[in-house]
Amino acid sequence: MTTLDLAGKEAEDRIAVASNWKLVWWRFRRHHLAVASAVLLIFMYLIVLAPDFFSTQDPERTDARQAFIPLQAVHLFDDGKLSPWVPAVVGKRNPTTLRMEWTADPTRKIAVHFFGTGYKWKLLGLFETDRHLIAPVDPNQRIFLLGSDRLGRDQWSRIMHGTQTSMTVGLVAVALSVVLGVVLGGISGYVGGKTDSFIQRLIELLQSVPTIPIWLALSAALPRDWTPTQIFFAITVILSLVGWTTLGREVRGRFLALREEDFVLAARLAGCSRLRIILRHMVPTFMSHIIATSSLAIPVMIINETSLSFLGLGIRPPAISWGVLLQEAQNIQTLALAPWLLIPGLVVIVAVLAFNLVGDGLRDAADPYSH
Amino acid sequence: MSDVLPDRGPPGPLTTHDASLEARGPLLEVRGLRKFFPITRGFLQRTVGHVRAVDGVDFTVEEGETLGLVGESGCGKTTASRCILRAIDPTGGQILYRTRAGRVVDLANLPQAELLPLRAEIQMIFQDPFGSLNPRMTLLDNVGEPLLVNGMKNRRERADRVAELLRLVGLRPEFMHRFPHAFSGGQRQRIGIARALATNPRLVVADEPVSALDVSIQAQVLNLLLELQARLKLTFLFVAHDLSVVRHISDRIAVMYVGQLVELAPTDALFRQPQHPYTAALMRAVPAADPRVKSGDGILGGEVPSPADPPSGCYFHPRCRHAEARCKAEAPALREVAPGHFSRCHFAGERVF
Amino acid sequence: MTAIDPLLSVRDLRVSFALDEGLVRAVDGTSFDVLSGQVLGVVGESGCGKSVTMRAILQLVERPGRITHGAIRFRRDDGIVDLAQLEPRGAAMREIRGGEIALIPQEPMAAFSPVHTVGEQIIEAILLHSHRWQAGRALSRREARDITVGLFRDVGISMPEQRVDAYSWQLSGGLRQRAMIAMALSCKPRLLIADEPTTAIDVTTQAQVLALLRDLQARYDTAIIFITHDLGVIAQMASYVVVMYLGRVMEEGPVDDIFHAPKHPYTQALLRSIPSLHGKTRVALPVISGALPHPFNRPTGCPFHPRCPDAMDRCSAAVPKPMPVAANQLASCFLHHDEAEP
Repeated sequence: MTTLDLAGKEAEDRIAVASNWKLVWWRFRRHHLAVASAVLLIFMYLIVLAPDFFSTQDPERTDARQAFIPLQAVHLFDDGKLSPWVPAVVGKRNPTTLRMEWTADPTRKIAVHFFGTGYKWKLLGLFETDRHLIAPVDPNQRIFLLGSDRLGRDQWSRIMHGTQTSMTVGLVAVALSVVLGVVLGGISGYVGGKTDSFIQRLIELLQSVPTIPIWLALSAALPRDWTPTQIFFAITVILSLVGWTTLGREVRGRFLALREEDFVLAARLAGCSRLRIILRHMVPTFMSHIIATSSLAIPVMIINETSLSFLGLGIRPPAISWGVLLQEAQNIQTLALAPWLLIPGLVVIVAVLAFNLVGDGLRDAADPYSH
Repeated sequence: MSDVLPDRGPPGPLTTHDASLEARGPLLEVRGLRKFFPITRGFLQRTVGHVRAVDGVDFTVEEGETLGLVGESGCGKTTASRCILRAIDPTGGQILYRTRAGRVVDLANLPQAELLPLRAEIQMIFQDPFGSLNPRMTLLDNVGEPLLVNGMKNRRERADRVAELLRLVGLRPEFMHRFPHAFSGGQRQRIGIARALATNPRLVVADEPVSALDVSIQAQVLNLLLELQARLKLTFLFVAHDLSVVRHISDRIAVMYVGQLVELAPTDALFRQPQHPYTAALMRAVPAADPRVKSGDGILGGEVPSPADPPSGCYFHPRCRHAEARCKAEAPALREVAPGHFSRCHFAGERVF
Repeated sequence: MTAIDPLLSVRDLRVSFALDEGLVRAVDGTSFDVLSGQVLGVVGESGCGKSVTMRAILQLVERPGRITHGAIRFRRDDGIVDLAQLEPRGAAMREIRGGEIALIPQEPMAAFSPVHTVGEQIIEAILLHSHRWQAGRALSRREARDITVGLFRDVGISMPEQRVDAYSWQLSGGLRQRAMIAMALSCKPRLLIADEPTTAIDVTTQAQVLALLRDLQARYDTAIIFITHDLGVIAQMASYVVVMYLGRVMEEGPVDDIFHAPKHPYTQALLRSIPSLHGKTRVALPVISGALPHPFNRPTGCPFHPRCPDAMDRCSAAVPKPMPVAANQLASCFLHHDEAEP
């Protein structure tokens, strides 16, 4: 049922001239959890656009003397005045374990400011700037909002860059799957006959191959000397090559069902060309479903990328992704000594949940005509 | 054009609108129309038989008349009408259509490219008022689509024509920016009619246009169809299962049974004296809307046979109370038993059914 | 109205559906009686509440629907029980539903499970209500099967011994509907509710099923509530007719009076608007103007007044009460009386 906060004649008129997308939006709007998740995802994609802006340090900058620093929280007020700062830390080597132990030094405050200057970076690879969301007032100071890893790299900044990689892999891989799924599924459903049989057998074949081994094999086949960017695209293609099959099936089913719809026949009898029937009548009808299905497929892709990278078969250092970050938290020592290195796992969970909630909300809102 | 039949006179020039040409023959002539669907089995989709959905149907439709095509589900009436629309390709036979330009073409064998310009002349009204309109398009786009694809590219011009069409079917032109979900079943059926009329068609195939509507809405739509026919000189092929509706709207009626035409006659003659036992049984089966008239005598026993495996001889003989040995052995042909009255029964004209 | 106690008496029944957009009053104050052995025809268009009323009688109204008001008094051996007060999933309702009141649905394909033979399903039903066949002792499976074969024979299924072991999808539409009738009869119901039982089947098969129902009704003397939108079917099947519109009874009376002396403008217009097999062809039919209102936009007053040719000022202000207009005939219309609902 179209559940809208509207009543009376005026509302009836508004609904009467509402397009499908409007009806979907009105229904989606009522899904508060999904809307909140969507806002979160939009924020995450802002990070994807400019991870350096959100970073506080160059994610590659290492300093063995600053390894395993714990979290440094941002404090907004100093003596009742708005003046953000983070507590400084002092390290002392434990004489028995010979390990650096960091404690907050309450007497020293590192002043930070918003939209301050820091290291230089390029927005979208074009415009050079040194602005950052948060930066220490003194550029020579280093702050570790989410702590540092064993090489003294800033985890906060690394998560920002990992977000860029992982979220992009998810999006691009799903986009590729959608293209493959819609085109091959569409051909399968619309042309039928031998072509259909061939594509269906191909899908069955791809689906019957266990995915983990096929990924292992394909990733192992990637040349070792490829740049991180090349690896990144290769991984994306590998993910989507396996991922399109479900969508292809769904699109084919929709095509088959839609071919029998009266309004499609009406369009044919009106003299519409095949292409017009497909683009104007059939694709819009299942587009909302495809979007819903895709938003449910992105988290699967993210998990896949994370798993591959975690196993050391996907994106490899020096490239940064959530999986790469988690890989570094792979040993028991980390768990015991630097549990904050598991935070990337939390980020993965939040992102995946958000995608699933948005996907569910979209799926429920997608068909205003189902009742 | 290769499909112009020489025996029906030389192909006239495309612009001719000659009265003498129009007087030459019927608007539509269906000859020996057949449509078989293969029955496939097994992994290799081997064809093991055929459903003879339409198995030799002949009839003509004169310009300006309504021919009712009636029968029970599975009799092939819908398949036959879809063949005429070339929504599906017939297996055999001829569908001779006299175009606006006066040429006679065989729709059954016309290649797609030559069919396309004729689409504007032959339109369809659907049964399901909910499924036949694209829910994602406004009335303007739904009703205007045939205009657009037939060359009316100007949106203003299209909007004017859609407004005119909506008025024609009794809807307010302001509705054109609304989506189909804002309308009731009866209104949607009017929208569907407006779309069918958009390109000034000559032949309209109406497939059960009122059977999905409520009783109080049915009469409105039937009246509209009659009024439009008179005003626009339309020719209707009216496909339906409801005998009283078909009787009300048709000039002549064709009765189908298991893919074959069993009787074809002017409406009055058919109801006064049916010349096929199936037609007679069909009439008796309709419950009279009058408690003082007791219907239910002479109820037909048994079931409609499968078109994949029809009986020998006359398809109706296993259920026919007039059947004799001959009916089982020998398939009757459709023959004219009175002027304009055709029947596919050995005993037509001899017996009263 | 009559000296005989009715088998079923529905009084001021109201069923509403609380949807997000608002309250849909699907049944809005419906009253009627069913006498033992009577065939009551309920006729109306979509949205008139005829099916919801029947679901209410069987306590099968699905959420968000709810019986909000009214009584459904059903006469049993041990006295009268108000079905509206019974727990929908309670033992008493389960005993009545399928036992004393049986349903013949419109689509028998959906009513039979495809993974069990029709025979098994009917045998289950007989065993469940076994005391209706045999007091004191439970029936054996063998006996239940024999009863099923007998029922199949009664409903005109040829080769009943074989057909008992068929699955519903192996049967044709007509046979499936016959099997459904056998299922409905399997518990010797006092009341049979037939909800558009012939709408999904062809006219020649419909004639067979109607003849069968008439025959069975005469033989078993079961009361039947026959719901349909088809006036022809009503004329041929019912002895007493209830005409419904938007959740209210517009008119009720003996079938002959309804068809030959209808009092309510809706009944009159409905009868005029159907093409018959005898009237003049290719002329404009008298129509009921306008469309059925949307369920959220129920008219005030008499629900029919916006479409009524005889509407008066009062019709939009007050809801007319069903009042006697002739012997055994009631109409809810201010043309015939002045009584309004409180």
